[in-house]
Amino acid sequence: MIEQQELRLRDFAQLCVLAVLVCDPQSVWSQSTSIASTNEVKLVVPDAVLHAEQSRIEVIDRVASSVVAIFAPKGEGGGSGVLISADGFVVTNFHVVQGLGGFMKCGLNDGLVYDAVLVGIDPTGDVAVIKLLGRDDFPFAEIGDSDTVRMGDWTYAMGNPFLLADDFQPTVTYGMVSGTHRYQYPAGTFLEYTDCIQVDTSINPGNSGGPLFNDNGQLIGINGRISVEKRGRVNVGAGYSISINQVMHFLDHLKSGRIVDHATLGATVTSTSDGTVVVAKILDSSEAYRRGLREGDELISFAGRPVRSVNQYKNILGIYPKGWTVPLSYQRDGKRFDVPVQLASLHRQAELAGDPSQPPSMPDDKEDKPPIPIPHLNLEKKPEVPEEYLSLYEEKDGYANYYFNFQMQSQLMAAIRQWGDFKAQPRMWALDLRNQQGEPFQIRMQPTAIAAKFANEFAVLELTEEFTDAPTGSGGLLAALEQLKQLLLDPYNFFTEFYYVGSEPLDGTGERVNVLYSSKGLLSTRWYFSQADQRCVGFDTAIDEEHDACRIRIPALKEFSGVQFPSQLHILSGNETWAILDVTALNFLDPTAKGAP
Amino acid sequence: MISRSLFILFSIASLLNCRFTQAESAADVIAAVQPKVVKIFGAGGLKNLANYGSGIIVSPDGHIVTVWNHLLDSDVVSVVLYDGRRFFGRVIGTDSRKDVAILKIDAKELPFFDINQTSQVGPGASILAFSNVFKVATGDEPVTVMQGVVSAKTELAARRGRYKVPYDGEVYLVDAVTNNPGAAGGALTTIDGRLLGMLGRELKGNNNTWLNYAIPMSELQQSIEDIVAGKISRKNDPLASSTKLKTKPYKSTDFGFFVVPDVVARTPAFVDSIIDDSKAEELGLQPDDLIVFANGELVHSVKTFNEVLGQLVGGDDLQLIVRRGDNLITITFIVPRD
Repeated sequence: MIEQQELRLRDFAQLCVLAVLVCDPQSVWSQSTSIASTNEVKLVVPDAVLHAEQSRIEVIDRVASSVVAIFAPKGEGGGSGVLISADGFVVTNFHVVQGLGGFMKCGLNDGLVYDAVLVGIDPTGDVAVIKLLGRDDFPFAEIGDSDTVRMGDWTYAMGNPFLLADDFQPTVTYGMVSGTHRYQYPAGTFLEYTDCIQVDTSINPGNSGGPLFNDNGQLIGINGRISVEKRGRVNVGAGYSISINQVMHFLDHLKSGRIVDHATLGATVTSTSDGTVVVAKILDSSEAYRRGLREGDELISFAGRPVRSVNQYKNILGIYPKGWTVPLSYQRDGKRFDVPVQLASLHRQAELAGDPSQPPSMPDDKEDKPPIPIPHLNLEKKPEVPEEYLSLYEEKDGYANYYFNFQMQSQLMAAIRQWGDFKAQPRMWALDLRNQQGEPFQIRMQPTAIAAKFANEFAVLELTEEFTDAPTGSGGLLAALEQLKQLLLDPYNFFTEFYYVGSEPLDGTGERVNVLYSSKGLLSTRWYFSQADQRCVGFDTAIDEEHDACRIRIPALKEFSGVQFPSQLHILSGNETWAILDVTALNFLDPTAKGAP
Repeated sequence: MISRSLFILFSIASLLNCRFTQAESAADVIAAVQPKVVKIFGAGGLKNLANYGSGIIVSPDGHIVTVWNHLLDSDVVSVVLYDGRRFFGRVIGTDSRKDVAILKIDAKELPFFDINQTSQVGPGASILAFSNVFKVATGDEPVTVMQGVVSAKTELAARRGRYKVPYDGEVYLVDAVTNNPGAAGGALTTIDGRLLGMLGRELKGNNNTWLNYAIPMSELQQSIEDIVAGKISRKNDPLASSTKLKTKPYKSTDFGFFVVPDVVARTPAFVDSIIDDSKAEELGLQPDDLIVFANGELVHSVKTFNEVLGQLVGGDDLQLIVRRGDNLITITFIVPRD
């Protein structure tokens, strides 16, 4: 029986000392040439060999400074990581930081120890982000493109296997890409490696979380798992590296300080004997169902990649955070359908919200082992964290570190506050709009109800009752505008949940936007802010999980009655544009005043 | 003398490595070999016996060379080609002396290795190994490729017993971890994709080390030709025809004795009683003997002893070292076939 296990760094205490043969290529060359000369065997080293060697040395020199050795605060174990930005953000494995608490110590190859704080975790994808502190000029790795990796490419794995380096000089191993787009079944609870890179480069305990570089020294993966079987928990020639493209999809989510979730389509698929992949079951509450996907439909492509096996489907699904919109192509009776689908969450929040400060369970140990007595284990020795850093860590349910989320909320809300002081205005909003045919569209927003009048129709939303998708077909325009009003007035007191999500391409293919999330009862809203200029470019409000959201896009702002407000609302629901409305006036009226409509 | 040759070997190895470093076509070489290697799914799945393996296509009509092992004990095995096509494979012949079996699938115009055009290399040559290790690849996913260097070309001297192999001819030993579960039957090639040999079954050497090796095609060529020509079949291969995979694990009573009941966490593996007229009695095992080693593995408890029994395959040796008073006594059983 083969166990696929991720490396567990805490196992160092149990590891026997390993003899490690280190071969210094230069000394070998000098000995071989000297022996050769005494025997008059002329050995000429081709220039290509020397160049290849020189280029390896240069690559290693260049990238080694970005490799991080991570230690538990009490020094009881460790792993590896890699710096990806000058301000100190480090990518590593979730299972490396699991149980370490909010702060840890890290070493770089300058020989110095740095304090680091936990930022965000992705338990499903086995990725975590921490932040090194104390500098704003950290060396960092260049990000590569893991989709261009091919079998046979040479790679460097760097890190801290067996905690060999006291001076934090990372250990380098060199090997070949053995496979790409590999799928590795969940080990233990929900940890799953999708679309990963398989290498014969030596990956050992302690390499976890460390970088895999390509031949040019670009970061292409995060090493985290090896196949082990009867030969023991060390390298047996099959290591797995999380693709850097997956990590980059999740990076802003991880920087949000949250416990990040993966996605589902709400459907299970199966492969048929003729090699096609068909939908086995689908939830009728899923967005894919609303976009027309049904049991028995054949998947053609997903997120722009062909789907020819169940593994490929899982590989594609595994690299996207929940909430992202990706294109899906399927066929039924010879007819092809191409639709965008917003991915739903894979887990319920309660499933994920394992306390990251708790040590990991060891689900992959098949045998029950007696606990190893560690002296003074229960004598809690708090790690020394400099006073100045204590404020950088804030515990909160559902978050790895709420501090980072609050920072991003504040940054994005600053863009909203630039719209003006809506609190100072009377609470009845009179919004006059006009559609593209020039027909008027009036909306009156009072504290307890919203009314809309357009053409010969009339829609009312009582705010004290359950929200509806009024006006019909809009997905809930009135509910959405009420959310906007509350965001402008008093978001922190009004919304039940209010947090920064991360980033995604707007509507699947647009510019990269930061996402804020708010909820009130069943109602949820995702707010989009351009990463380029922080501007709020739109928001989606869903009256519950089973309805298509009302999606409002905001091309530009304009001044109305002393405040900034969208000059146009582009309203979509499902896959259709519902209306494009130009704002002609926004007035604030005292609801108690006479003559109010 | 030895160290000098080693250094020269190392130099040669590095030279060969360099050829690969330069080759812009590493991915092309790999892509050219992949279609000639297949994934095989068959019997097994018990204990440490994998139910998956690898094979090499040696004819356009679907003759596939693989290792003669437990995988082939089911009536049909499933063969999956590089493009995801799935076929039923039928064993048309085995030559257990060479540890080789030939499967046939009903396919035409397959990419294949010509066994008349294989290569031979010496120590220091760079190699690639292609196989379905750890069942990482399924469907149309390419099998795993690894790289390394031939460490030696030498005669096989593997441990007997559980890891016994009838083959004792020449093998390539390599420095890559090529022989993991599922690798048996995979292809060892030169760095430019010429076939060198077939990756062998998992073999444990002395001192709990594992061998990484392949049987050279030159050793297999005659057997392959004879089997394909119908000169050797499974029926007239004495070793192959008698082996069946035992589905239930062996128990001590299969050898004619009882161990003490497993009552506490680490019950010492004492022999409780001997069955009359049994093999155990014939070999002189006695009640109250303490089993300390079984097939070279330290027996901590009744539980670990049962684990060793569970890994036995019919025809293996079961070597017990028991403590009787102050003496250590070695007793060797032959594991009965059903």
